[in-house]
Amino acid sequence: MERHVIAKTSEIPPGTRKLVEVKGRQIVLINTDGEYFALLNRCPHQGGSLFHGDLIGLTESTEPGCYKYSRRGEMLRCAWHGWEFDIRTGQSWCDRRTRVRTYRTAVEDGAALEKGPYVAERFNVTVEDEYVLIEV
Amino acid sequence: MSAVDQTEVAQRLPSGIERGAIDCDIHPALSSTKELRPFLDEHWQEMLAVRNIDGLDLTSFPPKADLFSRPDWRPKQGKPGSEIGAVKADVLDHFDLKFAIANCLYGAQAAYNEYIGEVLCRAINDWLSKEWLDKDKRLRASIVVSLANPEAAAEEIERVAADRRFVQVLVLAMGEALLGRKQFWPIYRVAERLNLPIGIHAGSTYRHAHSQAGFHSHLVEDYVVQSQGFTAQVLSLIAEGVFAKFPGLRVVLIESGVTWMPALMWRATKNWRGARIEIPWVRQAPAAIMREHFRLTLQPFDAPPDPADFERLMEHFGTDEMFLFSTDYPHWHFDGDDVLPAGMPASLVRKILVDNPLKTYPRLVEAS
Amino acid sequence: MSVIEEAKAAQPAKTRLKVIDCDIHPALRSASALAPYLAKQWQEHLRDFGIRARDPLNGRAYPPITPALSRQDSWPESGGPPGSDLNFMRKQHLDAVGVEYGVLQPLNPSGREERNPDFGAAVCRAMNEWQVAEWTSQETRLKASICVPAEDAEASVEEIALQAKRRDFVQIFMNPRLREPIGLRRYWPIYEAAVEYDLPIGLHVGGNTGIPTTASGWPSTYGENHFDQSTGLQVGIANMILEGVFVKFPKLKVVVVEGGLAWVSGLCAHLDYYWSRLRQEVPHLNMSPSEYMKQNIWFTTQPMDEPENRLDIVDVFESVGWDRLLFSSDYPHWDGDDPNFAFPATLPKAKLHAILCENARNVYRFETR
Repeated sequence: MERHVIAKTSEIPPGTRKLVEVKGRQIVLINTDGEYFALLNRCPHQGGSLFHGDLIGLTESTEPGCYKYSRRGEMLRCAWHGWEFDIRTGQSWCDRRTRVRTYRTAVEDGAALEKGPYVAERFNVTVEDEYVLIEV
Repeated sequence: MSAVDQTEVAQRLPSGIERGAIDCDIHPALSSTKELRPFLDEHWQEMLAVRNIDGLDLTSFPPKADLFSRPDWRPKQGKPGSEIGAVKADVLDHFDLKFAIANCLYGAQAAYNEYIGEVLCRAINDWLSKEWLDKDKRLRASIVVSLANPEAAAEEIERVAADRRFVQVLVLAMGEALLGRKQFWPIYRVAERLNLPIGIHAGSTYRHAHSQAGFHSHLVEDYVVQSQGFTAQVLSLIAEGVFAKFPGLRVVLIESGVTWMPALMWRATKNWRGARIEIPWVRQAPAAIMREHFRLTLQPFDAPPDPADFERLMEHFGTDEMFLFSTDYPHWHFDGDDVLPAGMPASLVRKILVDNPLKTYPRLVEAS
Repeated sequence: MSVIEEAKAAQPAKTRLKVIDCDIHPALRSASALAPYLAKQWQEHLRDFGIRARDPLNGRAYPPITPALSRQDSWPESGGPPGSDLNFMRKQHLDAVGVEYGVLQPLNPSGREERNPDFGAAVCRAMNEWQVAEWTSQETRLKASICVPAEDAEASVEEIALQAKRRDFVQIFMNPRLREPIGLRRYWPIYEAAVEYDLPIGLHVGGNTGIPTTASGWPSTYGENHFDQSTGLQVGIANMILEGVFVKFPKLKVVVVEGGLAWVSGLCAHLDYYWSRLRQEVPHLNMSPSEYMKQNIWFTTQPMDEPENRLDIVDVFESVGWDRLLFSSDYPHWDGDDPNFAFPATLPKAKLHAILCENARNVYRFETR
């Protein structure tokens, strides 16, 4: 596993997402309120786009007619068939055995990292901005 | 009954079964509403005569059609299933049954007036008790209710269920509103508490056309589209959260046919994965809910008569716990004694004839 | 376009699937986009009254779980709803998937559901003209379906006679839900015309008729209503068979669109079971219902059923008939299928090829009609 720089933190403000490519893989990078999550942009069901899906909260219920809402912005619905995926674990809500490939993300000070073009093969140090990098 | 040849074990009921088979669907018939007279108060006795309230046979089951009256089960006079002696000989004795569950299809629950419906259903339940259950210890019955006033229906269930020979609540598959609706929950509340399954039996109250196609021309199509009617009921009970609210509730689909259900299991689960947000109280795959909460009676076993097809069907169902033996007497679904489907392995016979019914109807266990 | 689609489009042509897509939904950019195809009188009517169906709301009374019932990635950059932009459809679907021919099934507006009969006929005519002007004449891969005001059999026959001459049209578009069961004789002139002009009936799920979508009234949820689309098809074709449509019109072809497949064998078994016991009631049937099913009816594959054991889908294909299956995507709807992923990888290539294009070629005969 290698770590790759994929974007500047300033490119992905909270509540937004970006589609990037790392080592031939399309990856959805999400900033939820300052926390970053990265998922392979391919729904394990039939290959649909996750990047275009809605980011919604989790609605649960034990009583018909009652809707218990939590985890705003942490469930990504596939743009095609609407399957809900927990962005923290990649797990499908309905079918716990199904997971989207997730990637660990970390935000690091640019000093430790290579500057752009966002597919780093090795580390160079820069101290200009905060960079986001991932392990692949 | 004669001793059974090993090679025929899947076609004939083995007479060596310890406890006897349980027939989960037979139909005792009222010859006329007049038979209910003794079970009515003075006002209603008079109304029956003065208004000539009679002939409440459901058009879903025309009594003279062969399908509903197997020729060798048809009495010389009167409706098939109307005479207890014949029922004893034709089915209780003939199939060596431990129990048979009587589902009365006289259409009181289809009456538009809620009071006629209630009063006659009450009388039917009392008639079943006196004229059937009292006359043969093997008989059990379903409580008939009108859905016009679910609170009143719940009270009737409570009243009749005091007699533990009543083992189920009976409703028809095609009513005014889908069975999952909250208005019917008083019935499920009391049924769950008393551990009585809800039996949904094929048939229509004609509050709507038999299907979304509208009113078709032929009786045969009434039967064909029952499976779509049952499908809608299963989906409604699940989607409305009836099993979330009443986790102990069981539902028996009676005379529904069987071949339509695996496709429903798959497609309902597929849809749920995408549309769960609409029904978040459905927390398991619909296929799993169906396996846990629904049962089906055996007749009519509408699958092709090929043993390989039977095996495949069971695999698609994903369980052998859902099937409950039934003859559907006196409806004509099989000839002679060929009541078990071709290809049903011997290992499954006892399960379908005895074990699954006992698990589904806890009150049967009390008696045995 | 998603990067997956870009990757697919970048594949060399010979490695891509060749596909005939029997269910694509073009959309008007807006309701008023139909106006140029309407006579002045009807333009004004459209402006003042819009389309009126047997429906309580202008929007959807069963709100779908995605806007416009569509994939979230199918909204064209040019604006307009999913399916309204031909260039976007080319890039995202026709080119990306490798569509050789695509059969258009325009759902809205429906002249068939319009309550004003003359306006309804005009809307059907307009939808047919629109399909040619903005779709099939601009893109030779696309073929059209003749919209007809089915409740008026005479007007429908007129429309079919007019449009059938054009090679743009490859079928007649109907819903299985009409105001009466679709097998009734009042609709037979349409089937007669279909046979005369050698056009299949494309029986696409849907139809707002005011009849509740179940035998026990209206369901509460979109999910139930969505399922009822499939059961609507089931009861529709059961009715066509039992009323004797295929006895009268043995050469009629019916393509069942968007119903799924797993129910077909069960319905055949169920039909045959009851027919064998009530034959005396329907003496007009010369053979069993399942034989009519095999003789006259084809099925599109979407939405692909998903058995718990994935390979059970092969049983399903086998039970319907390898030559009766027609691939469809339902583009741009949310529950659509991608031919690269919808089929098990172990399906023999020849069988997959038949489903993906050869069966449809036989049914629609695009080049030889």
